[in-house]
Amino acid sequence: MSGYLDGMAVILALNVILAYAVFLPVATGQLNLGGAAFQAVGAYAAAYISTQYGAPLPVILAVSASVSGLIAFVLALSILRTKGVYLVLATFAFAQFVSGVIINVDALGGALGMTVPEHVGGGPIIVIAGVVLVGVMLLMQTRFGLAMRATHDDDTVAELMGIGVRRTRVAAFTLGGVLAGIAGGLYAFYFNFVEVQTFDSLSSIYLLLFVLLGGTQTVWGPLIGAAFFTIVPELFRYVVANMGGASAGQLDTSWRFIILGIITVVMMVARPEGVVTRTGLGRLLGNRRAAPREA
Amino acid sequence: MPHKREGLLEVTGLDVRYGRNMAVKSVDISVAEGQIVAVLGANGAGKTSLLRAIQGMVRAARGTIRFDGHDITTADTPARVRRGLVLVPEGRQIFVSLTVHDNLLMGAYTRRDTAVARDVDAIYERFPNLAQRRDMLASVLSGGEQQMLAISRALLAKPRLMMLDEPSLGLSPLFVQRMFDLIRTLNRDGLAVLLVEQNTGMALEAAARATILELGAVVLSGDAADVARSEMLTQAYLGAH
Repeated sequence: MSGYLDGMAVILALNVILAYAVFLPVATGQLNLGGAAFQAVGAYAAAYISTQYGAPLPVILAVSASVSGLIAFVLALSILRTKGVYLVLATFAFAQFVSGVIINVDALGGALGMTVPEHVGGGPIIVIAGVVLVGVMLLMQTRFGLAMRATHDDDTVAELMGIGVRRTRVAAFTLGGVLAGIAGGLYAFYFNFVEVQTFDSLSSIYLLLFVLLGGTQTVWGPLIGAAFFTIVPELFRYVVANMGGASAGQLDTSWRFIILGIITVVMMVARPEGVVTRTGLGRLLGNRRAAPREA
Repeated sequence: MPHKREGLLEVTGLDVRYGRNMAVKSVDISVAEGQIVAVLGANGAGKTSLLRAIQGMVRAARGTIRFDGHDITTADTPARVRRGLVLVPEGRQIFVSLTVHDNLLMGAYTRRDTAVARDVDAIYERFPNLAQRRDMLASVLSGGEQQMLAISRALLAKPRLMMLDEPSLGLSPLFVQRMFDLIRTLNRDGLAVLLVEQNTGMALEAAARATILELGAVVLSGDAADVARSEMLTQAYLGAH
């Protein structure tokens, strides 16, 4: 495997973990526009611990996940009272707060970033992404997973059925924080350098797009969304460069994002429920589990 | 004070407010074990607010709610469900992205016993339509089937009192008839029912007692047969004073 493909596989694996980190709150009906901030918390926790104290990698990773999860928990308790666009703004504000703190704290390297002495290869990261994928799939089959989906469909009726809607949402948001923390820690160890600009609001927007365009109805959506948004821009880099001939030299990067933007809009119009839907999946599998509505 | 035997549900002096608006004013209502009680009244009379307050979805501004001998005025909704009090809300009330089967399982969410699977089978036996569609998304069901699913789901919580908010709304006459037959059958098996209905004729026929609300307050309460004969009934709906 070439270094380029290897790097792509790792970025894809990290994006898959992050997509599921954002998927869990979204599956309960809560949009999270602060995904990258939780990743930043995990990455900086890992960077700080490994430079200051040093510890076995799994221990550092566990601490990163815990710190990010704890912050998600505390945040969820306060902001999950807000709904809809206000919740989106609250998570966005949180992300700005995290960037502000990192830039202003010297112990975290400020705007210069931090080097990370420990290294982890691509293999373990891909394995962990696989574990996260399978773990979330199993989770959605449990009683808690059902409660999450019921809460997403109709929180009033879910409450009427005796589901602790608030508890369910806080738990899903916290679990999302844990996953983002893991992705952050892995990012720090793989690239051996963290800087706050990596975890900006554009990244948070992309993470939410992975989930919303991939589809929130089934656990496959985030995987497809993450894969699409990781691989397609890279393919365009290649395609655009070859298409435009000599003049494409200066055009390639900007053009591929314009094409990506158009595709994003078309997907939103054509499949507002995301690429992977329950009915679509049912038809694909050729059974009647999710037959379309009869006329 | 001599005390008559306490009913399964005892609501006393209940007020519900939304900001400055008083939706329910000093309402007393009781449902005895195994009884059907109808709550009637025009739109905006406070019927839905009354049910929501009893289930704990809105706070009681004043008054007490007792269920099965316990004061539940400040209990949260899941605690009330666990005690055997369940509300089937008005309108579209199923989980559209879950299968029929998963919808039913959600009804048993508060239960920890092992008889859930057996009870779900019993539901399928009662409603073959649901059994045929068990693995389909609940959104493919017709309106009448969705209402049956909503009631079945509520039954899986093993309620002692089921509150139904306008269960016949938007159903075909055939399904309205089936719905009331079902309510009567369940009641014969011991379920107490608090029924909010626009279909006053059917409701009064099924109920033992009835209460009429007007602008949030009780204007008449008594045996269903007496209420059916009362002039108050037409007045309440026509808004005469």
